[in-house]
Amino acid sequence: MTRPTPLFRPLALAAATLMIFPLAAQAGPLVIESWRVDDKTLWEEEIIPAFQRKHPGVTVKFAPTAPTEYDSSLTARMTAGTAGDLVACRAFDVSLNLYKKGQLEKLDGKPGLENFPDSAKVAWQTDDGRETYCMPMASVIHGFFYNKKIFNELKLAPPATQQDFFKVLEALKASGKYTPLALGTADQWEAHQVVYTGIGPNHWKGEEGRKALLNGKKKFTDPEFVSVWESMAKWTPYLGKGASSQTYADSQNLFALGRAAIFPAGSWDIAYFRQQGKLDFAAFPPPVTAPGARCHISDHTDIGMGVNAKSKNKEDAYKFLAWLGSQEFADLYTNRVTGFFSLSNHLVAVKDPVAKQMMDWRKSCSSTIRLNAQVMNRGEPNMETEFWNVDSQVLNGKMTPKQAAERMQAGFAKWYAPQK
Amino acid sequence: MKRVSSWQVWAFLLPALAVYSVFSAGPLIDTLRLGLYITDETGAKHYAGLANFHTLLTDPGWSDGFWNAMGNNVEFFLIHMAAQNPIGLLLAALLSQRGVKGAAAYRTVLFLPTLLSVVIIGFVWQLILSPLWGVAERMLGWVGLEGLFQPWLGEEGSALATLSLVSVWQFIGIPMMLIYAALIAIPDEIVEAAVVDGAGPWRVFWSVRLPLILPTLGLVTILTFVANFNAFDLIYAVKGAVAGPNYSTDILGTFFYRTFFGYQSQVGSPTMGAAVATLMFLVILSGVGVYFYAVQRRLQRYTF
Repeated sequence: MTRPTPLFRPLALAAATLMIFPLAAQAGPLVIESWRVDDKTLWEEEIIPAFQRKHPGVTVKFAPTAPTEYDSSLTARMTAGTAGDLVACRAFDVSLNLYKKGQLEKLDGKPGLENFPDSAKVAWQTDDGRETYCMPMASVIHGFFYNKKIFNELKLAPPATQQDFFKVLEALKASGKYTPLALGTADQWEAHQVVYTGIGPNHWKGEEGRKALLNGKKKFTDPEFVSVWESMAKWTPYLGKGASSQTYADSQNLFALGRAAIFPAGSWDIAYFRQQGKLDFAAFPPPVTAPGARCHISDHTDIGMGVNAKSKNKEDAYKFLAWLGSQEFADLYTNRVTGFFSLSNHLVAVKDPVAKQMMDWRKSCSSTIRLNAQVMNRGEPNMETEFWNVDSQVLNGKMTPKQAAERMQAGFAKWYAPQK
Repeated sequence: MKRVSSWQVWAFLLPALAVYSVFSAGPLIDTLRLGLYITDETGAKHYAGLANFHTLLTDPGWSDGFWNAMGNNVEFFLIHMAAQNPIGLLLAALLSQRGVKGAAAYRTVLFLPTLLSVVIIGFVWQLILSPLWGVAERMLGWVGLEGLFQPWLGEEGSALATLSLVSVWQFIGIPMMLIYAALIAIPDEIVEAAVVDGAGPWRVFWSVRLPLILPTLGLVTILTFVANFNAFDLIYAVKGAVAGPNYSTDILGTFFYRTFFGYQSQVGSPTMGAAVATLMFLVILSGVGVYFYAVQRRLQRYTF
């Protein structure tokens, strides 16, 4: 028998949150909403003091909510008028929705924004690109981490092409001592956000393929999209035992303990593995499809910052935003929140070697954002949730690449006019 | 005894009634109402009649998910009925025997998991059953059955059954205690009379004790039904709101959560969510209704 109160709990939580922040919309301390619970100490001990050195007299409070609850609780508090003055923005539709409802301020012409390239701003602009509503903060890059000790022991080199990649995996499997790939499908999201959109841009030529999908020139059933699933289907034998019930945390542990050789990763994981101490690892970009082909990386605009339209302290909020656009912040954020890369035009010296390695890919490879981040998540079925499900089934060997492509295409064509 | 006047009745009822109306009945009625609206891009609500329900039940994009969740929920309930209540009955019957050594200790141990948080239960079982760190495989090995081990929580065919059994494991104490209380309330004279008439222990159980506790079994059934169709936390704690693999563990509670609150980049729809909640309410209401009209009225109650 399960306890009969589950639906009540999230509501109660929302109500409790409302009671905790009743004064958030009044002048006074600047309250920042964010989903980066992990960075709370960093904000309180380094980022906010750095801002206050420039702007003494402005008090700032960093009030994060857990990532899975952030969007819903923020939406609720925005509607109720109790949300903080500054709001961390998800890329594209979630924050676009807030802007459309008039809950975020328009930022065009505000100081600080001029320091960002257009490509960084796209994630927080209206579809026509005319209005910007969040200041870009940072992106995350996808690739693979590998355990240097294991690679040295088995005399392996980081693979450049897909062919090399599978050779390395085969050699790792043949050695019998290590799990080749630290990857499971229990949590589903990494099968998509890290795997499909991480390795895919090399197949669909990054922005070219992504835009072709959006303007209806290409379909998910076209070879460049199906081949990603075909590649993933070949990964199955190299996953650990019982990968279908292996969570993301399990995979992180496997890799951190040196029991798995390769970890399909996002740059945000650098900080995690640094905390684990001794692990000696490096990164390689997603392998290209053929020798000499141009490489493409997923360099996803992940986090921005907007101003709550109902804020009573907008003056200070804009001061803070202007500072977010400064060299000082870019430097601080990139080097202290390891694995989140500033999107501004400033030159930032990255200190962490793996972070530097990943950031340097930007020089030799073309950047693209996550395939479905723009437009594709706004209909029903939601492409993001569909992708999680489909991609993890392909990795589990429960769905063929062709079926996966057909399912995604059918879902997309259902509500997106250019695909009909 | 002096008769209580009606204003006294009201005075004592009012506080509870007010709290109940404001915090339970009000929101419930408002939810039912909200299900009749749709939200547009600007966040404004418009009255739309039964449009949400029409979409939910006829548009394959929604109805597939809804019926899948409903089917899984029925399975979740049936597993509880098949495992939790008979085992609870068995345990209660054993514990209520006279002269069981350590009966109080067993009772406490069996009831303990009920008191733990679902999140802890989910986490612990996830670890036990994990192919990487878990002990399940080694324990099967002790009896030579390690070949049977599978990543049960990750396979489409077994994930829901596994989670149901975890839930059964946790809540077995409740039916056990309810039935136990009913069993020990049966007066000794009735049992003794049966024994004098020549009935063996089995006959006593089937023909005397069981019929006498039928109302309690009915109560346990309806409590299980309501709790199961309202269930959410265990699935959310173990599998997240997408209830994988391939929605095989998706039940009405998780389906509602995704619809109402949204999940990750999926934007929640309060109005559609309210429609789902209304349907859940109707399912539970009709289940309880059927029980009261078809079962409860026919049950004989005995007073001793």
